[in-house]
Amino acid sequence: MVNADEILNEFKEVVEKRHEYAKAWKERTNGKVVGYFCTYTPEEIFYAADNILPVRVAPGHALEGMGVVEPYIYSMFCPLCRDCCAQGFLGRYDYLDGICIGQSCIHMRQAFNAWRHYMKEDRGKDYEFKYYIYVPHGVQNPPAVPYMAAEVAEFKRAVEKWIGKTLTDADMDKGIKIMNRTRQLLTQLYEFRKRDDPPITGTEALYTVLAAMYMDKREYNDKLEQLVKLLPDRKLDRQTGFRLMTLSSLNDHVDFIHKVEELGSTVVIDEQCTGIRYFWGEVPEKPDRMMAIAERYILKRIPCPAKDWPERWRLEHVKRLAKEWNVKGALYLQYKFCDPHELDVVAVRDALNEMGIPMYFLELDVTVPWGQFRTRVEAFFEALGGIEELF
Amino acid sequence: MVRKDVPEYPTEPLKCWDEAKALRRKYYEDYLTAKEKGGIRWAGGAWSFSAIPEGLGDDVYCITSEPYGATIAFFKEFAMKCQEATEAAGYARDLCAYMRNYWGSELRDEYILADGRIVKGFPLPDFIWQDHICCSHAKWYQVVREIAKKKHGKDIPMYCIDVSVGPHIPRLHDELTDWRLEYVTKQLLDGIEWLEKVTGRRFDDKRMIDAIYNEMRSTSLWAEICTLNANVPAPLDEKTMYSLYVLGTLMKHKKECVEFYEKLLAEVKDRVRRGIAACKHERCRIITDTQPPWGFLSIFRYLEREYGCVSVGSLYTFGLIGMWEVKEDGTLGPKTVPPKSALKDRETAVRMYAEWMLNKPEWPHFFNPRVKSDLLIKIAKQWKLDGVALHYNRGCEGLSVHITQNRLDLLRAGIPVMVFEGNMGDEREFDMPRTLARFDMFMESLGLSKIKKE
Repeated sequence: MVNADEILNEFKEVVEKRHEYAKAWKERTNGKVVGYFCTYTPEEIFYAADNILPVRVAPGHALEGMGVVEPYIYSMFCPLCRDCCAQGFLGRYDYLDGICIGQSCIHMRQAFNAWRHYMKEDRGKDYEFKYYIYVPHGVQNPPAVPYMAAEVAEFKRAVEKWIGKTLTDADMDKGIKIMNRTRQLLTQLYEFRKRDDPPITGTEALYTVLAAMYMDKREYNDKLEQLVKLLPDRKLDRQTGFRLMTLSSLNDHVDFIHKVEELGSTVVIDEQCTGIRYFWGEVPEKPDRMMAIAERYILKRIPCPAKDWPERWRLEHVKRLAKEWNVKGALYLQYKFCDPHELDVVAVRDALNEMGIPMYFLELDVTVPWGQFRTRVEAFFEALGGIEELF
Repeated sequence: MVRKDVPEYPTEPLKCWDEAKALRRKYYEDYLTAKEKGGIRWAGGAWSFSAIPEGLGDDVYCITSEPYGATIAFFKEFAMKCQEATEAAGYARDLCAYMRNYWGSELRDEYILADGRIVKGFPLPDFIWQDHICCSHAKWYQVVREIAKKKHGKDIPMYCIDVSVGPHIPRLHDELTDWRLEYVTKQLLDGIEWLEKVTGRRFDDKRMIDAIYNEMRSTSLWAEICTLNANVPAPLDEKTMYSLYVLGTLMKHKKECVEFYEKLLAEVKDRVRRGIAACKHERCRIITDTQPPWGFLSIFRYLEREYGCVSVGSLYTFGLIGMWEVKEDGTLGPKTVPPKSALKDRETAVRMYAEWMLNKPEWPHFFNPRVKSDLLIKIAKQWKLDGVALHYNRGCEGLSVHITQNRLDLLRAGIPVMVFEGNMGDEREFDMPRTLARFDMFMESLGLSKIKKE
């Protein structure tokens, strides 16, 4: 009988050996692997196509990449996009058959375009499929939904042309069902984190969501379903400590989160691309599948700050999450030079402060300087604990 | 082709220079005094379809954000105060420099005029009418609203048009489909209803159509003026062009702008006819890229004086305001203005306006660097360039996006390229001696030495 720890360890293994997983999947299934650069990419289309594995392009968190990326992306752009770009030019993603981006921030587009234009020229590696989906930024403008539906339809046609097969409504329903199941299960898992003693740490939750981005969701959903059934009875041999929320973009710094939790806290909720922003909101059931997918990505998911205007919809989600998950403190983990998240810092901090929730800002880079960050996080915890005297 | 000899061309100042300065001065003064005249104010980007709010009446005054940020940048002392105010408010200093200057001005509740006079009281807009293409654009004004609310208790209504629908350069790279055009058009049409609602004014389609037509004419005229710089010697230099193109960033929808550019076009044609040069000793021709470091425009004069090297423009100077098309023979020329009668009603006019704007040459690089590289290579050939100087502009991620990839493409096309790091609006990130040294090295690499002085 499998237990929760075993499943979580499997997810951890996939995350830490994601390239090996993808290569093994390819060999096993004879399928194709597509690397995507933003969570606005509608993976439903890939899962409708059956034998395609979409994987999130992720950073490597080692400085070796910074030397190879310099000709393609200037150093004033975020280290996340530079690191992702570097992974391609270091050969880590040579197994990919295709690349795709759901229009994102301008930073990440550079990584996609560097791969699109220079991978063949400079490394002799070409992709069968290269696609840029013009996902709208104006998600609060009503015309954005039908526009997104048209873009998804065009994307679907491009995938059909690539694989030489028309995707029927039944195929689309299958793809939507797979993605929605992931969303439902992760939503259930996150509900358990509301407990006073959550049965899963923030680190484990992060591994779980990351695994969703690297694994075949057909396998992943089965394992996640088992995990969700096991979690209610799981008891952790640790104190919950300070209940934290992390706000970030592609925060996959699992080691950092683990160390923060070891200092006497639990990350009980997040608002980040490698968390709730990835899975919040399902594709509704509608005869027009393209419109249904568009609705989910435009209206139902929590918006990326790059698309969150003119009103601050994201802020309402942040406040709600902080309240429902009984958050005591927030860590704003922002990649250096990330404009969209930088532009929200003051508004988010003010909103959380009004709720009595202190927020601490930490700037992420390719690597995390744990020595310095440890001191700062400890100081933040002392402030949360209300300790007035340091000595 | 770089010349080793030192030619001597006749030069003379532009006759319409003072008029350009006066128009710009008046623009900022009009915005400030709008309320005294019973008018309304709006704020938004230089690209935000400014012809549309003209439908609200003849007393509508706007301030376009980027030019105002650039104006502040030119006056370095005030710029520093604005940036420090923005940083004290909690905003990072790697954010858009124009934006930080603008916010700082609002935070300090001070407004700077074109001649550098600072007046108390930042004139708040009645509504915000913005477009969004880089990551900062729309969010810039979210913060403007938040500052206005905190400082003055005023909630400014905001509308923002998403224009991120891909490159639209027919005959070069065109991804504009019907549904992408419809997306932008629909937002604009919805925006007109929104304008009526927030201002309580009845929208006048004829006024809007007149403004759209003015904008088409002025932007085509600017492109035509820029094409004249392909002549040798170039009648204009880029530093001078900044003071001329800026009117397009402020008031391209206004009749005054059309009239000025018509006058300027005639004068520049005359300069070409008579062989009047912008740079007396023109020996070398380059273009730059992205905004210049506004507080340090003397680098252009340095190049002209010391090397006879003239910057004849840039994709930025040509294409931020100018509207272009690729002609049948593959050359770049001014976009053909349709007859006014084609703008027959609101829907048609707005759709044609959307298509016109989406054709902007300064937008494709947001999606695909190769389109910009192809444009730069065309410019290099058509304007007879000897090299390209790329400004790795830390103050603007939007126009610097993909710039390293453009550099690679230019080099691979055999075009000499130099890069210099800087910031269009934050002098703390610009090193003048180092930049000049880089330019010296570039000139040397092109086979040029400094002109010996008598």
